[in-house]
Amino acid sequence: MRVTLVPTCVVDTVAPEVGVAVTRVLRRLGHEVSVPDEVTCCGQPAWNAGFADAAAKVAGQTLDALMQDDPEVVCVPAGSCATMMRVYWPQLFESVGDSPSASRARALAERVKEFSEFLSRESLHGGRYEKKVAYHHSCHMLRELHLEKEPIAALRSLKGCQVANWEDDKRCCGFGGLFSLKQPEISVAMADEKLDSLEESEAEELVGCDASCLLQLEGRVTRRGMRISVRHLAEVLDEAYSRDA
Amino acid sequence: MTHDLLTGTKLRTRAAAAIDNERLGSVLREFTDSINARRLVAERDIANHQELKDAARALRSGMISRLPDVLSRFADELEARGVSVYWATDAQEACAYVTEVATRSNARLGVKSKSMVTEEIGLNEHLQAAGVEVVETDLGEYIVQLADEMPSHILAPAIHMDRRDIAALFNRISGGDLSDVPAELIAFARGRLREKFLQADLGISGCNFGVAETGTLVLVTNEGNGRLVTSIPKVHVAIMGMERLVETWDQLDLMMTLLTRASTGQDISVYVNHLAGPRRANEVDGPEEMHVVIVDNGRSNLLATEFQEMLNCIRCGACINVCPVYRHIGGSGYGWIYSGPMGAVLTPLLNASEEAGELREASSLCGACHHACPVGIPLQDLLLGLRRHRAQEKAGRSEKATWAAWASAWSHPSTYRASTKTASVLARIVPDRVKVPRWGVGRDAPQPPPGPSFRVWLKKGER
Repeated sequence: MRVTLVPTCVVDTVAPEVGVAVTRVLRRLGHEVSVPDEVTCCGQPAWNAGFADAAAKVAGQTLDALMQDDPEVVCVPAGSCATMMRVYWPQLFESVGDSPSASRARALAERVKEFSEFLSRESLHGGRYEKKVAYHHSCHMLRELHLEKEPIAALRSLKGCQVANWEDDKRCCGFGGLFSLKQPEISVAMADEKLDSLEESEAEELVGCDASCLLQLEGRVTRRGMRISVRHLAEVLDEAYSRDA
Repeated sequence: MTHDLLTGTKLRTRAAAAIDNERLGSVLREFTDSINARRLVAERDIANHQELKDAARALRSGMISRLPDVLSRFADELEARGVSVYWATDAQEACAYVTEVATRSNARLGVKSKSMVTEEIGLNEHLQAAGVEVVETDLGEYIVQLADEMPSHILAPAIHMDRRDIAALFNRISGGDLSDVPAELIAFARGRLREKFLQADLGISGCNFGVAETGTLVLVTNEGNGRLVTSIPKVHVAIMGMERLVETWDQLDLMMTLLTRASTGQDISVYVNHLAGPRRANEVDGPEEMHVVIVDNGRSNLLATEFQEMLNCIRCGACINVCPVYRHIGGSGYGWIYSGPMGAVLTPLLNASEEAGELREASSLCGACHHACPVGIPLQDLLLGLRRHRAQEKAGRSEKATWAAWASAWSHPSTYRASTKTASVLARIVPDRVKVPRWGVGRDAPQPPPGPSFRVWLKKGER
């Protein structure tokens, strides 16, 4: 099918490799990938800071762009962005008095799928990834989207891929958008608690479905000089599948 | 405000001090993990727990929407039982009334069981200024009172102190011969507190729930202090937030099922006291005189606002125990008596200061609190509501302008692409320490790989 992909602003800014990997994986699964030029950001940074008007302006642009694309499915490679679009857009638009956009957002919501959620409806085969990986469950994935088994299933579908037991896999990484800048000490302390037990898990790689969480964790991993790579689920699958070719 | 570490301080400073204290951090994490684990076990034991939570949410909201009538019924029932009811608009009125009661009964010593609302109104200081000695009788509160410190957690006020700290503290009054063996310390405290219970002229308590249909006060404790405080002294004054009511005993049953499990993982607390008025003619114990002070102190301002649901809180502490921010900064990080998510939401609602308002920032919006709350309060949504309020009422022109500029740039594809390109170029060429101030506090900046942006790659048609 034709999959409409929302790259997310993190991918557009500092993580192009995640967008590339998602596209390659979707194509390998036989889908056509459409990325409308007019799609920008979901508006979450401003929404979380309390600036609803600014958030609605940006979200409205992305909503309109998606409606124009008349999508069968909207794939979002980030739990936080998928949550913003599916769960919070209606409330956002209502809060600024834009009921028509709120209705359109409600109508679109059921077509919005986070990346691992989309994969869970596909039959995944092939791929070799001989690594022990630790998976970070981001807050939005767990709480609003209820996606816990899906990313793990995708990892386990790869030959040789072991998912490590990581005691603090479900704790918040401390990013929280601007929280990471407004309260850096607390943010780093939260990351450290996860990373301390990550070392104990003996995983070689840290994998997640939210590039923003991964930015935070990777930033701290690098600063601490930890020998562990950090990747998005899509990058893992892309590399695993490229080994088959 | 008593127990006030807020005034004149910033969240970052308080947080940094707590984070630097490794022992405090490890105690906070160990304590909250263990109590949270017990909550989960207790809650899993109830097959329809989620249904009960949903029912409790509806019940609390329903009651709050009828609050004036429920309060009126409650007061009528109390008065029919011979309890004096006083309506306190604010902290000052509440303290003045209790002091007057104390003075009229020539009270020189008051014993107190744990009550957050009495901390909120600064009752102890007020009574002390009027010449009434007030002794906290919950062991943890007794300890922080002696140490003159801020409570760390609404259930475990002294969790930040270890047995050596407590031994040192007790030795200041014991003459110095106590070891740090917990049983010995507890025995010492019990002995001292027994004397106080028996000598006290005045008993001061809080109230977990007031049952409107019968005018009964329900007090939930794990130590017997609540029972002694409310039955030995001649005069008992109970202080309660105006929202702490249930309409019927059936409703109480539901709330009790959820409260103790959410709070400590207990099916029921060691003592559940139902106080039905002062001592009657044929009874052998109980106070001769009983008063209930119903405190507003900013609560009624929340009615009919988007923050009304904060009044549903039953002060169980479940949210505090799952909060990833609390576990690193503790009670002192929040600066006031209410900490964790409920503190971050309630403090700015009861207190208009800048410092109180800053607590809106003490959250990564992870949502664990909502998930844990036995009455389903969407704490992270309330927190976002506080941020929206601030953005509208208090944000400076430059901040508003920055967001407006961002919105302008990011709502147009061409300026969006230009700015993401700039950001990504900057990320590659600007030195790490300059990149984004504050990100560099503990983290290296992201290093995008060389090569085109994702959109350019896509357009190039590469595979």
